[in-house]
This record gives sequence, structure tokens and C-alpha cells, in this order.
Amino acid sequence: MQWLNILIQGGLLGGFYALFAIGLSMSFGIMRLVNIAHGDFIVLAAYVGMVAIDATGFDPFMSLIVVIPAMFLFGYALQRGLLNFTLSGGLLPPLLVTFGISVIIENGLQQGFGAYDHRLKEGAIETASLHLPGGIDLGVYPLLVFAVAVLAIGSLQVMFYWTRLGRAFRAVSDDADTAELMGIDNRKLFAVALGIAMVFTGIAGVLFGIRTIFDPAAGPIRLILAFEAVIIGGLGSLWGTLLGGVVLGIAQAVGAALNPNWQILAGHLAFLFILILRPSGLFPRTRD
Amino acid sequence: MILLRTQNLSAFYGDFQALFGINVDVEQGETVAIIGANGAGKTTFLRTVAGALRSAPDAVVFDAEPIGGKTPHEIVRLGIAMVPEGRRLFPSLSVEENLLIGAHSERRGPWSLKRVYELFPRLRELRHLPATSLSGGQQQMAAIGRALMSNPRLLLCDELSLGLAPIVIRDIYQCLGAIIAEGTTVVLVEQDINRALDASMRFYCFQEGHLALAAPTKNFDRAELTAAYFGMQRR
Repeated sequence: MQWLNILIQGGLLGGFYALFAIGLSMSFGIMRLVNIAHGDFIVLAAYVGMVAIDATGFDPFMSLIVVIPAMFLFGYALQRGLLNFTLSGGLLPPLLVTFGISVIIENGLQQGFGAYDHRLKEGAIETASLHLPGGIDLGVYPLLVFAVAVLAIGSLQVMFYWTRLGRAFRAVSDDADTAELMGIDNRKLFAVALGIAMVFTGIAGVLFGIRTIFDPAAGPIRLILAFEAVIIGGLGSLWGTLLGGVVLGIAQAVGAALNPNWQILAGHLAFLFILILRPSGLFPRTRD
Repeated sequence: MILLRTQNLSAFYGDFQALFGINVDVEQGETVAIIGANGAGKTTFLRTVAGALRSAPDAVVFDAEPIGGKTPHEIVRLGIAMVPEGRRLFPSLSVEENLLIGAHSERRGPWSLKRVYELFPRLRELRHLPATSLSGGQQQMAAIGRALMSNPRLLLCDELSLGLAPIVIRDIYQCLGAIIAEGTTVVLVEQDINRALDASMRFYCFQEGHLALAAPTKNFDRAELTAAYFGMQRR
């Protein structure tokens, strides 16, 4: 029963990692953008939430009303004004540019808000739990985060497979040059894609800020977790990303149960193990 | 009326010059073939007209508007559509989704899903299958249909016959006849000279990036074409 509990807790944690990874998975899947600044975007969104809460008195969930449009516009403008110019020269230019953005965000936040820890306080829901028979306690908040991750991926799938915009995203993901020859404005489409990716990054950032303390330097570790979830799941597959997050969460929970010091290490080891067994991940979709 | 005119058109891949001062005129409603050996610059010519390769603004004039510096999607919107070499269908989209991508430019005109399915009835039966599960000939039909969905005034066809069985090629060219009858202007690139000459009214022969010969298909000197094609007498 103890192990069942560990699996469940780890799986719920995985929903959190999947939520971190959605934006990264999307921007790689559609425009082959390896976004080194992704972790810092998550942290940035938490700060945007914090500023919105301070300014309006909203609670953290309500702050999403501000965070979501702000992150969409930020993503759209960033892709349109900067990242589009890096995409024609191979993988290296976007890597370097997003690395630069990562440094700028981290230092900008430190300049603006200091190096202190912050938290977004949502109140009782943070510690509420459901008691299941067999001594298993389910945290309401982790359950909520997991549900948000599933809902987010589900709605993105509907968008990809049932809408005109999603069809264009899939065509561009398959073959961007031919898509442009067929009349699709790739640059505008990429900007919309990063905007949408940032919506989910924004949600992840606020939910992250409620769950744990954050400071300007909290980005890179989120980036690594997100990367691992994306790669375990297989590039370009969003349900794969959810599974990747769950695998990572369970590995960490199992590691922590054996020895509390092993939590993070166990996750990385699981990642390496899967990389050796299945280099392209569990459900790869994107070629090249 | 001249629909497409290239004036002293040059094109480059990096430092490598692939086209040298090409002058081509295509009249509204005409079918023009571009022939030439491998590496003559035929595909480069089409890709430059479609905007995939950069050129000087005045080097490509479409319906009296210079379009040389425009992006491919802008050019589709003006009414030029491409059937690319090797079909290049989107593998993760179904046949129908591939066709619908062609409609993203939102140009109005006679072509719709219904009309494309009338032209290629087999595609209607296969519409929910992944595009890459089709046979070569069916894929070529889907690629043509996808281009038509943008209701082009000018259709650029790159190597329609490539890798297809003769009987399939015949079918495809019959359908092309129906498209031409609709009033669409067509520029055909082919390595199969006889096929191209049968389907067109005039032809241009390219050789190593230069224009070697231009003539009507009804009335030309075979020996002159042979010379232009193989480059036996460089001008």
C-alpha cells in the first residue's frame, strides 16, 4: 500500500512537470525551437502573477486573467520581433538567442525584485487533501494541477486536430517550406504558436508559484525537468509529454522513498535510462 | 495579355548562380512548357517565380505587378500556385486536410473541395487516409488538387510525371486538360520532352541556367531542340 501511495503521489507530481513542459513541447514541435529560456518564462509568469496580485488584490487563480493575455502577447511579440529571425540558420542561432534571453530575464528579475524568495498564496486549497481508503491521502492541489495538465493537453489536441489553425500548425510542423508555398504565413503562424505556448507556460508559472517558493534563479531547474518530460515522452507528442512528466514524477517519488537525497537524482537517472533504451522517446511524432 | 513575365531573371543558391538572365513571357490562358536536362534550372525557375528563392523585384512581373521580392505566401494570395516536384504532401495530414491547406490563402474562384473531388473522384474515396498512404499517381492528384484549392490564375507544375507509370501519367495529363479548359494558365516543367510538348502551346528550353531556345510546339526544328537540350552548339 505504501508503494501504491508513492506511485500515485509521483504520478500527480508528473502532471506538474507535464504542465511545465507543454510550452516547450509545442514550440519544438511546430517551429523546431529549442527554447533554453523556457524555465525562465515559467518564473517570469510567476512574477507577472505576483505583480498582478499586488496591484489588484486578486487571488493567484484570478491573476491568470492578467497573466494569460500578458504571456500570449509576450510570446507573440518575441517570436515576431526576434525569434523568427533565428530560424533559418539551423539549430544553433535559436539556442544562443534563447540562452541570452534566459540570462536577461534572470538578471532583470533580480534587478527588479531582488534575489528574495516569493510565494503566491492561495489559502486552504494548498494543504487540503482527500482521504482514500487504505491510508492514501490525495492532495487537492496536486490533483487540481494534474487535471489542469490533462485539460490543457486535451484542449490543445482538439485545437490541433479539429481546427483550421491546428491543421496549419501540423502542416508547418511537417514541412515549413512547402506550407509557405501553399499560402501559409509561417512567420505569423509561429508567432501565434509561441503565444499559445506562452499561455500554458503562464498557467504553469502561476501554479508553480502557488506550490513552491520561487526566486529569479529558479528557471534552469524547471527547464531541465521540462526537457526531460518532453524527451521521455517523444518529441512533438503532447500526450507523450504528459506520460514523460508522470515517469519523471514517479521516478522521483520512488527515489525519495528509498532515500530522501535521491529524489532529484532518481528522476535524472530514469531520464538517462529511457534515453538509452529508446533514444527518440516513448511516442515520437516529430521527425528530423 | 501577358500574365507572367520574367525580365533578366537571375537566381542564386548561396554563391552558386543557377539562372542567368532568363526572359520568359506567359500569356493569359496559355500552357507553356519548360524543358531541359537535369540541372538546367527548370525547378529553380519555378521556385523563383513562386518566391521560394529571392530575386530582384522587377525580375518577376505577374499581372503587371512586380513580385520578385515577395514571400511565397503573398504570391499564392496573388494567384500563383505550385505543384512541387515530388508532390511534397504533408505526411501527418489526411488527403482532405492536405487539400484544405491549399485553401488557406482564401482566394475565391471556381475550385472547392467538391470540384476537386469531381475532377479526381478517387480522392473522395480516400479523403480520410493519410496522404502518404496513397499510390504515387493518387498523391500527384492530391498535390494538384491542393494547388487548385487556392484558385490560382497561374499553376506551376514541376515534374508531374516523375516516378509514375505511363498509364498514370496519361490520366494525370488528361485531368490537366480539364484544368486548362477552366481558363487556368499553366507552366509545366518536364524532363519528358514529348509529354511536355504534347500538352503545351509553346516551350522554352533551358540549358545550364541559360535560355537556349524558345519556340511554338506546333512548328519547330527538332535538330535545333536537340542542340539546345544537349548543348551541342553553345550560343
